[in-house]
Parts: sequence; structure tokens; C-alpha cells
Amino acid sequence: MSELAPAPVAEAGRLFSYSHESGRVSLGAKLLATGVAAFVSLPLFYLFIRAGERGAGVWLQHVRTARTAELLISTLSISAAVLALSIAIALPYAWLVTRTDLPGRRFWAVAGALPLVFPSYIAAFAIVSILGPHGLLASLLGRPFPEVAYGWSGALLALGLLSYPYLYLLLVAALRHLDPALEEAARSLGHSPAQVARRIVIPQLRVPLAAGSLVVVLYVLSDFGAVSIVRYDTFTTAIYDAYRGLFDRTIAAVLATVLVALTLVLLAAEWLIVRGVAPGRLRPSRASRRTPLGRWTPAALVFVGTVTLAAIGIPLAAIGTWSARALMAAERVPLEGSAIWNSFSVSFAAALVCVAASIPVAAWAVRGHGLPATIVERLTFSGYALPGIVIALSLVFAATRIARPFYQTATLLVLAYVIRFLPEAVAATRSAFSALSPRFEEAARSLGLGRLQVLRRVTVPMIRPGLLAGGGLVFLTSMKELPATLILRPTGFETLATRVWAEASLSSWSRAALPSLLILLVSALPVWALVIRPVFREER
Amino acid sequence: MTIAALELQDVTIRYGNVTAVDSASLTLRGGSLGALVGPSGCGKTSLLRAIAGFEVPSSGEVVLAGTKLVGRGTFVPPESRHIGMVFQEGALFPHLSVWENVAFGLARGDRQRADEVLRLVGLESLGHRRPHELSGGQQQRVALARALAPRPCLVLLDEPFGGLDASLRVRLRGEVRNILRAAGTTAVLVTHDQEEALSMADQVSVMSRGRILQTGTSKEVYEEPLSVEVAALIGDAHLVRSRVAGGLVETPFGMLRVEAADGECVVRIGSEDLDVRTAGDGVAATLLTSRYFGHDVIDEFTLDDGSHYRVRLTRGSGEPGARRTIMLRSERFRVFPDVGGAVTAYRYAGDAQRRSAVAGS
Repeated sequence: MSELAPAPVAEAGRLFSYSHESGRVSLGAKLLATGVAAFVSLPLFYLFIRAGERGAGVWLQHVRTARTAELLISTLSISAAVLALSIAIALPYAWLVTRTDLPGRRFWAVAGALPLVFPSYIAAFAIVSILGPHGLLASLLGRPFPEVAYGWSGALLALGLLSYPYLYLLLVAALRHLDPALEEAARSLGHSPAQVARRIVIPQLRVPLAAGSLVVVLYVLSDFGAVSIVRYDTFTTAIYDAYRGLFDRTIAAVLATVLVALTLVLLAAEWLIVRGVAPGRLRPSRASRRTPLGRWTPAALVFVGTVTLAAIGIPLAAIGTWSARALMAAERVPLEGSAIWNSFSVSFAAALVCVAASIPVAAWAVRGHGLPATIVERLTFSGYALPGIVIALSLVFAATRIARPFYQTATLLVLAYVIRFLPEAVAATRSAFSALSPRFEEAARSLGLGRLQVLRRVTVPMIRPGLLAGGGLVFLTSMKELPATLILRPTGFETLATRVWAEASLSSWSRAALPSLLILLVSALPVWALVIRPVFREER
Repeated sequence: MTIAALELQDVTIRYGNVTAVDSASLTLRGGSLGALVGPSGCGKTSLLRAIAGFEVPSSGEVVLAGTKLVGRGTFVPPESRHIGMVFQEGALFPHLSVWENVAFGLARGDRQRADEVLRLVGLESLGHRRPHELSGGQQQRVALARALAPRPCLVLLDEPFGGLDASLRVRLRGEVRNILRAAGTTAVLVTHDQEEALSMADQVSVMSRGRILQTGTSKEVYEEPLSVEVAALIGDAHLVRSRVAGGLVETPFGMLRVEAADGECVVRIGSEDLDVRTAGDGVAATLLTSRYFGHDVIDEFTLDDGSHYRVRLTRGSGEPGARRTIMLRSERFRVFPDVGGAVTAYRYAGDAQRRSAVAGS
């Protein structure tokens, strides 16, 4: 503004223009958003009721009888190892593709993110079917292969290669946005490149490292598919066994509450690390100078090549080989149409519900500001941090108490997907809303349209790309979801994910291959368009 | 054509404990154009948005053509007010064509009205385009056409030329004025640019810190400001603290006769009210800088007491460093009682931008 107004007036001016830009959120939207938030957090409430209904003493006794300490050690040790492996891969990989003259770095940059396409049970199935004692390699060598594919080492391999991309994508985005002037200033003050890396670059990566580590550990904590196939016991497999095997489901509920507590501790730790860090300047005015690798180029290529081969090459080779065998076999192609239809229909329903529910939540979060809006938005994000198996279990308890007719129906399964994946839709809708000025809706209202007409004719058409992206992501992740599907599906209800898991658990590799291939084909394009490409789009 | 009149009575708008608009009252004759002018943050946009129905006043009344829109227990929602609005950046719907934008507020049976208003703003050939394919000036004309299409009782313009470059801004002012006149529509314009307000509006309301300080014709608020604040906000003036004693006031340009009560006062000395001569009567001064605008020149002088004065002239008075004498044309200066507070707080420093806007035309 051009006026030289005295400070208080200028201050007030900022305040007012802020409030103009934020616009108004109707009471109806607020009520809907609150309803959505209450609905998605309700089942968790029943989990705690179920686990604690006989008092704290009984709960503690169950904690002791359920081998909790043993599970804690096995879960935490694999989490720590996977995290270490992820950082060891992601940090150098991200640095090589963003800051050096690595040959073919655009190709390697995208290849590094591709393992995101694989659901964990497919990756584990691929590893076990190749490296297992009776897998592809063993049959090629003509003798049993050592037991690396199962147990601790198998879990580390599968989860490490699957989860490093989350950390990697965050680090790439952060490295790209670091201000090169800071590094140049440090160099001009007499620091060597190594000192600059240690004192300037790494500290600036604290937030993406913390956030990425959280995502990796949450991934390991909530994973059921990979650990169940490589037969490594963690909380999720123990909960599943307790739920399936025993008449009394209290043990399952108790273990689930311990897992929730563990998740909360992690969230708090990440918050402690990230809080108080001032958001850095986005988009530096120019790109950083790339470090020439010189004689280290071959070593760097071997590194990125090995990672890519292990994380993408092996699974693709396995699925390709077994699919080919399945197709060439004389027997009937083991792929039921009903599984495909079931996968598509429940995932599509979840996507529709999530997109609709995300609109009031995102509108309030973007335009409302203030505590209630924040609480509602956070509540809708709770599903993201919680393992799918915990959500499924909570829904079982909630349904058997307050919604008996829904128990053992596909509706309950859709609800589980909605609770788990609503955050993906909210995030996408939210960013679409923040790009939409309330002025457009006001213009429509001044032209005589009521609130609902404005929503239909202006708001939804203008945020449509965000709605489609969010819906696409929910559809995709729902289709790959395994643990909640296993627990909540009605008897006899098969999806592509449950087919893969069941066949892989029985070591019938060629029967697991075709549904895997189908899942990959369907998910490759959305993962590329919605997750990987946005990170690399700015690069020319 | 209905002759609509807008009436605001003691409209107050609060955000939390901040009062954005403090009991503003205003009457606007049907068919005329009123302007709300003042520095940013003065509450003019809040007041405009309250008329449109996007802000809810905490008290006061808004009456349009005899219909109460806001008042005790009444709140007519924006879509039922028949008030058109032109937003600062146009807010044209990007997913619709120009024609669809203009037809947006029209009933299905009334589609030829869209062609009619497009013709009125001179863009009938661009109906099939998308908003982003138009220039900034064309976009604002479409926004005006869209607002006019449903034949509103009142059109509100919120800094409609804010995003445009200077020369376009000046040209569009005249066009918009003519379009509104041709449509016979009552309109309220919000702007921080006093030249825009003075040159376009039939009635100008000067706002500062949430209050309407004065409402009148352009000539009235410019030549007969009712308060020192208005005097500071409108025009390009120097405000000098002084004292009135026995019908005389002391100014840097000598003792001058005034009709005012004795006591502390503020003297307003307009930059166009000073005369520069090479010699003779007046106060000695040194030319510091000369800014050339084509149709006029602003020379800045230092008096021997060290104070600085801008003088608006039709021709420059010389090279920097030249010695001149300055006289105040005694019939033009005004004296206001000193109400305390920092005089500089009233200063309106939008001048440089305004001048360059003119220079660009």
C-alpha cells in the first residue's frame, strides 16, 4: 500500500484485509464438518471402551499375558532398522539427484520414487518368491537358498525398500528449496564443502528428516501385509492373530491400544523436533550450483543402480515371471471377476464419500481460522496416523455395540477406508480451496445465487481438479488396503488385495501374480500423476 | 428506470474488539455515483461489503430504495439484495466464457440481455473468449457488464482499477463513468486514490479510521474541508502547528489575518497555494529539487529555518540551488483548531503514486 499511515492504522488495515480474504463459512458447513470429524473419531472411542471395560487392573494383566514386551522389542527394533536403512538410502540418493552432475539424474530422480507403487504385501511376495528357500533363485541354483527372505532380514529388506521413497521425496523437495546464498556465504567464510554440508545443509533438513522419519516409522508400525508374508511378528500380526484365533477379543483390543499409544508418542516426538523451526524461504531465486562428482561418478551410479534394481527391478521381475507362468499354464486363469468388481466398487464408494466429506472440512480449515476449525481438521487427520488394523478393530467394536446391522457388510469396509484415507481427500481439497478466492463466490451471490447454487455452479467447478486428485488418491490407496479389508470384509468377500495376500501366504506364487499385476497397472498412473510428478514438475 | 437511493444509518462493523467502521451514515441520491475514499485500513471496503451483504454490521441500518436490508432483526442475504458488485481483480469465473460470465446472474429467458450489456461495455465480439484471454481493462469491463446484467438497484465497485496500469486506469475511469450513466445506475465506488474519487464521483465521502469525516461534492471536500483530517487527506497540503492571537496567525510565510478564535491551531498550506518569485515580497527559500510532470511541476524548497515545502507550479522555477522568495496566497490557506495528536498522523502520502499515475497518461 502506498499510504504512510501511522502504525496502528496500518496494523488494523492488515487485520481487515486478512478477514476479507478469509471470507465467511456458513453454519451448515461448520455443522457438516463437525459431524464428519466426530464420525471418524468415534470408533476409536469404542476401542478404548472395549479394551478398558473391565478396569485398568485387568487391562494391565492382559498387557502382560499378551507378550507385549516381546512385541514391543520386535516392533521397535524393526522400525529402527528400517528407519536407518531408509535414511542411508534416501539422504545420499536425494543429494545425488538434486545437487550433483550425476549422469541421467532426471531418470534416477523419478526411479527413486517408484517403489511407492508397490503395496507392501506385493513387494514382500516378490522378495519371498525370489529369495525364499524355494524361490526363483533357489530353483535356478538348484539348491535351497539361505533364509534371508523370511523373518527379521526379510522384513527389513521389504520395508526398507518400500518406505525410503517417502523420506526421499521430502528431502528432494527440501534440497531443491534451500537458499544457495546460505551455502555460498558459508564458503566465503572459509568453510569446506564438507563443513558446509554438516553445518548448513543438514541442519536445514531437520524438518523434512523428522517428518519423513515419522512417515517411515508409522509405515512400519501399521504394516501388516509385508510382515505377515515374511512371517515376522509385530503388533499388527499379533492383533490379527488375537482377533482371528480367540473367542475373547479383549487381547486384540488391548494390543491395539498399546499400538495407538506408541503412535501418539511418535507424533509428539516429531512435534517436539519440528516446532519452533521458522519456515524457510521457499523457491530460491536461482538454483544451487551442482557439485561435480568427478572420479566418484561410477560409485554414485552403482549406488543408485543397486537401489533401483533392488527396489523396482526385483519386484517387477518376480511379478512378470509368475504372471507369465500363470498365463501359460494350462489350468484356468486364477483371477476371479468378483474380486476385481469388489475392489473397484468399495474403493470407488470410499473415494466418493471422502471427496464429499472433505469439502466442508477443507472450507472451514482454509477460511475459518481459529481453534474449532483446527480441532475439526486435526480430528479428520487421526485416521492417517492410525494403523488400518486398529481402525478396523475399532469399527468392529463400534458396530457390534451401536450399529449391529452394518457388521459384516461392505458398508463397514467403506467406512474404514473413509476414516483411514479421508486425510488424503482433505489435503487435496484444502489446497484447492486455498487457491480459490472467496471473491468468486461473493460475485455469484451478488448475482442472485443462494449458497447451494453457488456451491454447485462456482465452488465445485473451480476446485474440481483438487477434488479429482483427492478422490483418485483415496480410490488408489483403498484398493491397495489390506489389514482393514481382511478384518471387516463380509464372509466370502474377496478383493484383489486379499487374493494376493492369501495366495502369497500359501506360497502359490503364480496365483498371486495376476491380481498383483492388476493392482500395479491400476495404481501406476495415479501414483505417477498425483504423488511423484508434482515433486519433479518444476525441474527442467 | 427506478430511481434508487441508498441510506446508511450509524453502520458499525466490528471484528472481535477492533472497530472497522464506526457509526457511518450516508445518503446517496438515485442515479448518482458516490465514492468512499481514504487510506487503506480506513474501513471503506468493510462498509462497501456490508452494503453488499458480505459483512454483518453489529449495529446500524442499510436501506436501499426504501427497502430495509440491514437493521434491527433484518438481514437480507446478498443474493436477494439486487446489488451488483465489481471486485478489485474482477473475480471473473475462470471456468466460464465471457458471455457465460455475463449471463451468470440472468434468468434463462433473459439471455439477450447478456448481449445487450456486452455491447454496452463495447465487448460484444469477445463473448466466446475465456477471461484469461482478455487484457486487464477488458476483464474489468466484463466484470462491470456482469454486475449490470441483472439490472441491479445499485452497483458497488471495490477498487475496480487497482490492478491496472496508470494510463489504462485513467481511460477506464471515464468509460466506467459513462457506462454507469448510460445505464442510469446508482453506484458506490471505493478507492484510496483521491484523484479517482474526485474526478468520477458526484458525491465524495472521506473516510479515516472507520469514520466518515465528511460527505459532499468533490469541490466541497477539496476546497472546504470541515476538519483538519479531511484537509490533510484530500489534496496535497502542508500542516503546520501555530497559534491564533487577536485575529492573526503566524505562519512560516508571515503573520496573516484570520477569522478564528484565539488558541492553538493547525494551518493548512496547500502546495498549489504558494507563489514563487525570483525576488520581492515573501520568504527567502532555496530550490532543492524539481519534479516535472508535463502539465505541471512540483518544486521542493528549503526555507531558511530548515523546513521543506512543495510548490505546485505550471512551470519550473529554476535549477536546484536557485534562491527564490515564496508567498502564500492569503485567500486560500485554512486554519483549524488544534485537536491534539501528531499532525503528521493525518498526512496522506499517496501523492507520489498519484502523480506518477497522471504522468503516465
